[in-house]
Amino acid sequence: MDTYTWPIEVEDLTVAYGRTKALDKMSLRVGAGTVTGLLGPNGAGKTTLVRVLATLMRPQRGTARVMGHNVVGDALGVRRKIGLAGQFAAVDQELTGRENLETIGRLYHLPRAEARRRATAILERFGLADVADRRAGTYSGAMRRRLDLASSLTGRPPVLLLDEPTTGLDPRSRQELWAIVDELRRDGTTVLLTTQYLEEADRLAQHIAVLDGGTVIAYGTPAVLKAGIGADILRIGLHDPADVPAARLLLAGLGTIEDPLSVRVTRPDASVEALRRLDAAGLRVSTIELARPSLDDVFLHLTGHPTIREESR
Amino acid sequence: MSNTVLHDSRVLAGRQLRKTLRRPTYIVFSFIQPVIFVLLFRYVFGGAIDTGATTYVNFLMPGIIVQTAVLGALVTGLGLTEDLGSGFVDRLRSLPMAHSAVLLARTAADLVMNVFSLTVMIVVGLLAGFRPDQPAWQLGMAFLLVLGFSFVFSWISAWIGLTVRNPETAQSAGFIWVFPLTFASSAFVPTDTMPTPVRVFAEHNPVTLVIDTVRGLTTGGPDPAAPALRVLIWFTALLLIFIPLAVRALRRA
Repeated sequence: MDTYTWPIEVEDLTVAYGRTKALDKMSLRVGAGTVTGLLGPNGAGKTTLVRVLATLMRPQRGTARVMGHNVVGDALGVRRKIGLAGQFAAVDQELTGRENLETIGRLYHLPRAEARRRATAILERFGLADVADRRAGTYSGAMRRRLDLASSLTGRPPVLLLDEPTTGLDPRSRQELWAIVDELRRDGTTVLLTTQYLEEADRLAQHIAVLDGGTVIAYGTPAVLKAGIGADILRIGLHDPADVPAARLLLAGLGTIEDPLSVRVTRPDASVEALRRLDAAGLRVSTIELARPSLDDVFLHLTGHPTIREESR
Repeated sequence: MSNTVLHDSRVLAGRQLRKTLRRPTYIVFSFIQPVIFVLLFRYVFGGAIDTGATTYVNFLMPGIIVQTAVLGALVTGLGLTEDLGSGFVDRLRSLPMAHSAVLLARTAADLVMNVFSLTVMIVVGLLAGFRPDQPAWQLGMAFLLVLGFSFVFSWISAWIGLTVRNPETAQSAGFIWVFPLTFASSAFVPTDTMPTPVRVFAEHNPVTLVIDTVRGLTTGGPDPAAPALRVLIWFTALLLIFIPLAVRALRRA
């Protein structure tokens, strides 16, 4: 039965490893045909949530449904709806790209000819047609990752679970993968993806859930979250540390001043203006840096504690 | 067994055999190892061990064949840890397929590889003087029995691999139980010279029972029917224990 409101619906989900709660009464809804980004540091519960939704792990309490199918009572129903690509490229290095995809296709019980046809189409779409008949062991890391994502699409799943799909990729490969995710969403696929990068969530997701300690601590569109997180940060180093108090006074109008000398800027021309004011007052600047808020800044802002935590996963 | 399980097992076993065939060095070494074993034992220990009426090579071959079958089964656990580490097992578990096929395919494909290495071993044995003199149907039975034994140990090995999850640990964990089982048996020396505790262990050891059955079926001597019956009881008991354990370990992997 496919009666549901949300393609992914998670309620009060709790998973504990011994005494550590990886998920602590987590609730989340993912809308059809959207990308939702799960943003959080290691240990926040991102991977655990993906593993529960992929039926790899049973929750101790709470419910999780994928297109109306409960992960506990109807795991097979869930598996018919999902594609999973994990943190590692789960491809067979001794097999060619085509053989990898055909194997997965056959496990979806596609007839041999259809599995072959579909493999060809997916390889084409992922820019792997040229290397389709080479062993995956000869691929670059980024190509293997693309092949892995391609495998997860062999069953044409309406829901795609991506666990840190770009971790370890170079910037160009990351962009290519982003373009593929965009395209999948436009085709109507519902995507849940985990990431440690604010930039990635910002770029891909219509909704972001910020995770910490196994629960959602903030949820919203990227624009709303970023407005809450704050603006860019201007970090200034002075030649003479004794000038810092004077500099703080001079920069007061540009935003909130933080230690030792950084400004959460609220004006677009803040860096130019800051330099002009310091220069006019005769204070010598040694370094100046304008930074986007990092995940650490988001965390500090939302939780009051930094991202580094002891437990992993 | 449903069609789905058979279909999925066939697809996965095909995948695994194809992977193995593309590791030529692996194949060469897995064939060289049994050859070296036969030659070493036949020509190093051969002169020193008194096996009574039978020649040492006739005594040795059933033992070393069974040991090879058991060692071959260790591959099952190693392969599973590899697939766990790469995330392939996670992928399979998230697919709408028969999950038991993951284990059936693995144990079946490893059995196929063992058919090859056992064949190589028998040929080397024949060249080194092994002379089975019993009827062909008995020789066939002996071969099937050894394969069955390998299959049973594959499930134990699968359970260990899925439980320890790491190839190095799986390998050393495997050797820890395989060496006492194969050496404290009638494989290389007659059990009657062993100290009592070891001898008692050896005589009840399923490895000894299989070897004694194989000896009876190939080179004659004591009636193989008695050990054969106990072997079948062992097989059934081990499968009843380790198939559910391996399936459960896969579900928790």
